[in-house]
Amino acid sequence: MTQSLENYKQAFANSRNRRSPAEPAELVRTREEALNRFLAVGFPTTRDEEWRFTSVAPIAGHAFTLAEAAANAGHRDVAPLRLPGVFGAELVFVDGRFALALSSIDELPRGVRLGSLADDAGSHANGTESHLARVAPFDRRAFVALNTALFTDGAYIQIPAHTVMEKPIHVLFVSSGETDGRRAAMSHPRVLAVLGDDSQAAIVESYAGPEGALYFTNVVTEIVLGENAVLDHYKLQHESTEAYHVGAMFLKAARSAHCASHSISLGGSIVRNDVVAVLDGEGGECTLNGLYLADGHRLIDNHTTIDHAMPHCGSREIYKGILADRARGVFNGKIIVRPDAQKTDAKQTNRALLLSEDAQVNSKPELEIFANDVKCTHGAAIGQLDEDAVFYLRSRGLSLAEARHMLIHAFAGDVLNRMPLEAIRNGVEAVLRRQLARALAVAA
Amino acid sequence: MLKVRNLHARVAGREILRGIDLSMNHGEVHAIMGPNGSGKSTLARVLSGHPEYEVTEGEVLFEGENLLEMEPEERARAGVFMAFQYPVEIPGVNNAYFLKAALNTMRKHRGEEELDAMEFMTLVRDRMKQLDMDEALLSRPVNEGFSGGEKKRNEIFQMAVLEPKLGVLDETDSGLDIDALRVVAHGVNTMRNADRSFLVVTHYQRLLNYIVPDVVHVLTDGRIIRSGGKELALELEDKGYGWLEEPVGLK
Repeated sequence: MTQSLENYKQAFANSRNRRSPAEPAELVRTREEALNRFLAVGFPTTRDEEWRFTSVAPIAGHAFTLAEAAANAGHRDVAPLRLPGVFGAELVFVDGRFALALSSIDELPRGVRLGSLADDAGSHANGTESHLARVAPFDRRAFVALNTALFTDGAYIQIPAHTVMEKPIHVLFVSSGETDGRRAAMSHPRVLAVLGDDSQAAIVESYAGPEGALYFTNVVTEIVLGENAVLDHYKLQHESTEAYHVGAMFLKAARSAHCASHSISLGGSIVRNDVVAVLDGEGGECTLNGLYLADGHRLIDNHTTIDHAMPHCGSREIYKGILADRARGVFNGKIIVRPDAQKTDAKQTNRALLLSEDAQVNSKPELEIFANDVKCTHGAAIGQLDEDAVFYLRSRGLSLAEARHMLIHAFAGDVLNRMPLEAIRNGVEAVLRRQLARALAVAA
Repeated sequence: MLKVRNLHARVAGREILRGIDLSMNHGEVHAIMGPNGSGKSTLARVLSGHPEYEVTEGEVLFEGENLLEMEPEERARAGVFMAFQYPVEIPGVNNAYFLKAALNTMRKHRGEEELDAMEFMTLVRDRMKQLDMDEALLSRPVNEGFSGGEKKRNEIFQMAVLEPKLGVLDETDSGLDIDALRVVAHGVNTMRNADRSFLVVTHYQRLLNYIVPDVVHVLTDGRIIRSGGKELALELEDKGYGWLEEPVGLK
C-alpha cells in the first residue's frame, strides 16, 4: 500500500471517534466496505477511462489530514456567502462540521426535518437510515468510497409528502483553510435530501473557502424524489482557486418527479463534479444545467449521467464553460436509455468558450440507447469570442474589455437565466464578474 | 471635419483602396457611389477601424485628429458612427442594455451625466417612434432574428440615439423596400444639421432621392474618379459607370 493510502487508513481510524454512537450497524459495515474498496482500488489515474483527462495525482500526492472543526470561523467569514431573507433554513458547516451558531432555521412546515447528520447519523431519529449511503454506489467510484468511509457530518433534509417548502434551503460548506501547521486539511461532507410524494423544495449547496487556501473537499450528495415531487437544486462551487474539489451527486426520481439541478463551478484548482440522475419512474423530468469558469492552470471536469430507466421521461441538459489562460475543461455527458424507456425525449448541449490559445476543453457525449422509440439529440461546440461581435460593440464606443465582458456574460447568461431563484442568480453573477475580471486581466 | 489624403488600404493582402482623397465640411452629406468591388465598403470599414483592413499609405483627419491612430471605440467616442452593411447578430446581449451602455460610455466621454433607466427609455421611445420601430425589438438580443429591414433600421436607430458628428452609412439602402427606405431616409434627414455630416455609401441612386447629397463621388478601382453635385448621381443612373471610366482613360 502506498503511503498516501496509508494516510487514509489512518484518517479512517481517527474518524471513528467523531461518529455518532447511534450509527446503525449496517452503516458501520458499509463504511468498512467502502474503506476496503478505496484501499483496494486507490485513486483513479488517467488510464481509467472516466478520468482520462483529469489527473488527480496532486490530490493523491498530498497527505491531507481530517479538518479539525475550526471553531474560529465566525460570522465574519460566512456572512458574505449568506443571502439574508432568501432562505427558510440555512445549515452552515465549517470544515465539514455543523456550526449551529452560524446556522438559522425559520419556522418549518409541519413534518419538515433538517439538520446535522452527525447529530443522529442515519439513525431512526431522523428517518434517514433507509437512504443514507444507499443511493450513491461506490463500487466503481473511489472518491465516493472515500467519502462513505470518512464522512462524519453533513446535512439531511427531509420533506414529507404533500409538503411545499416555500423558501429555499441553503447548505453551506465553508473551509477555514486552516492547517495543523504542517498538513493541509480535507473534509468529506455528505448531503442527503429526501422529498416525499407531491412535495416541493429548492435546495442550494454552496462550497467556499478563503481565496488562496489549499484544502480538499470531497462531497457526496444523495437525493431521493418521491412520486410527483419537484426539486430545484443548485450546487455553487466557489472554492479557493488553490483548493481541490471533488463532488458526486446521485439523484433518484420516482414517477412524474421533476428535478432541475444547476451546477456552477467558478472556483477550485482541480475540480471534478459528477452528477448521476436516474429517472426511475414513468413521466419523470430532469434538467441539468452547468456553467464553469477556469483560468490560470485550473481544471474543471464535469461528468454527467442521465439514466432513463422508465418510459416517457424527458431530460434537458446544457453545460457551458469559459476557459482562459492555460485552463482546461472536461465535459462528459452520458445519456443511457434502457430497453424499457420508450418515448424518452433527451436533449444535450455542451458549449465551451476559449479565451486564449492555450486553453483547452475535452468534450464527449456518450449516448447508450437500448430502446427504439426515442428522441435523443446532442450537440457540442467549442469556439472563441465572435470577433465581428467584438468589433460591432467597440464601434459603438465600448472598450475592448467591456465588449468582451458583455459577450462572455451573454454566453454565461444562457445558463444563468435558466436558474429560477433570482437571488442566487445575482449572487453567482457577482462572483462571475469578479472571476472574469481576473481572468481577462491576465489575458490582456 | 473629415480629410482623407491619399488613402491606400488592403485586406487579406489585396490592395483595395489606391489613393483616396476626400474632404468633407460640417453639415455636408457626401455620397460614395461605384460598381461592385470598387472599394466603397472598404472605405467605410477603414474609417470605422475594422481590424481586418490594413492602411498602407495616406492619412485621415477627423476634426483635426489622426483617425487612423485611434482604436475603434475611440473613433466612436470621437463622434464617428458606422451603420453596418451587415449588422452582426449578438445572441444573449439585450438590445436596450447594450445601447444604454454604449450611450452612457459616449456621454461620459463627452463629460455629460449618464442617463438613468427612465431618461434612457424616454429618449429611446422618441427615436423608435421616429423610425417607426416596434418597441419589442428593444428587449430582444441585438439583431438576433431581425429581418434585413429591421437590422438596417436598428442601425439608424442606434445612430439617432448616439448622435454622432459623422454618420457613415454603408449600403444602408441595400435590401430595403421603398417604405423602409423612406423611414430610414427620414431618420437621417431629421438628424441633419449644420454640424453633423454624413458619408452615404450606396450602390443605387434611389437612396439619394430621399437623402439628397451635397456632393457625389464616384469610386472605381480604389480611386475617386469623379466628384460632382447631386446631378451626377442621376447621370450615373442613366448612363452607368462605364461612361465615366472612359474619359479618364482607365480602360
